[in-house]
Amino acid sequence: MAEGTGFQDKHPIGTQSFDFKSFTDFTLFGLHIHFTRIYTLVLFAALVVGVFFWAAFRNPKLVPGKLQWAGETVYNFIRDGVAGEVIGPKGLRFAPYLATLFCFIFVNNLFEILPLAQVPVNSRIAFPLMLAVLTWLIYNYLGIRKKGLLGYLKGIAFPPGVPWFVLIIVTPIELISQLILQPFTLAIRLFANMFAGHLLLLVFFSGAIYLFGNGGAGYGFGAVSFLMSILLTGFELIVIALQAYVFTVLTSVYISNAMAEEH
Amino acid sequence: MLIEAATTGVTGSLGSIGYGLAAIGPAIGVGLVFAAYINSTARQPESAGLTRTYLFLGFALAEALALIGLIVPFVFGK
Repeated sequence: MAEGTGFQDKHPIGTQSFDFKSFTDFTLFGLHIHFTRIYTLVLFAALVVGVFFWAAFRNPKLVPGKLQWAGETVYNFIRDGVAGEVIGPKGLRFAPYLATLFCFIFVNNLFEILPLAQVPVNSRIAFPLMLAVLTWLIYNYLGIRKKGLLGYLKGIAFPPGVPWFVLIIVTPIELISQLILQPFTLAIRLFANMFAGHLLLLVFFSGAIYLFGNGGAGYGFGAVSFLMSILLTGFELIVIALQAYVFTVLTSVYISNAMAEEH
Repeated sequence: MLIEAATTGVTGSLGSIGYGLAAIGPAIGVGLVFAAYINSTARQPESAGLTRTYLFLGFALAEALALIGLIVPFVFGK
């Protein structure tokens, strides 16, 4: 193959596909303010979710309108399906946070297949990481407030009914897993799903363009690639909703574990 | 072919070979999770809603390993 005509030469796909140029370049109080596409999108997502819930419940009626119906459906799904189901009756007071979390992640993920945006905000590790740190703070705070610092740590380190010689292995694993690995895997799972999804779509759409450009048999293969990319867009919609749901469910599972009486 | 590979060594993207290996375990895990869900739903259809949360939980926990395998070549690759 000649130099500079391969697929990777024409369409370099990799980590650089997630770097965007800054729209602005100014300094405010000693901080460089960069408005990239990702940053604009995350502000937009916060605005959309805020305005959606505000408009849905601004003037609640006994017979809900379309918008109120949509807001109630989402909220009820999280309140009954996640908070009530996973944490129990005590979990209903976390439903507002969980519903907001679900919608925020869902909108941020949805940018992956939304025309003009076309990059998921959560494919940059910083955003899932901050959401996971928030979850980590919440469940640790709830556990410590309920059982005290020592009681909370004791509940994690010494699960009841475990013989002492097994505790040698179980105690460090439980401590590391519940205090360090849980938020880490939570962030990595969301990040990696969105990262992989974006790369997948890039490969198939760029592949279609590249193969069409080659001509000949490339038209046939390009058509297949284009068809695949449309199917994968539908598949990514499932992944987007599923990952927002999984993040919310795991957050409530961690909250439920931290508040459990007998671990 | 094999002898050639043995003398010259494996060339190309090691990351993709590594990902292929890393995906074996999670693939079996995800398969088991869904098999168990289908089994339980076929035996007791009314439990479908009850176990769906755990289906997605188990699926997400197993799938995370495959995704970490996908990310590692990007992070530690050249």
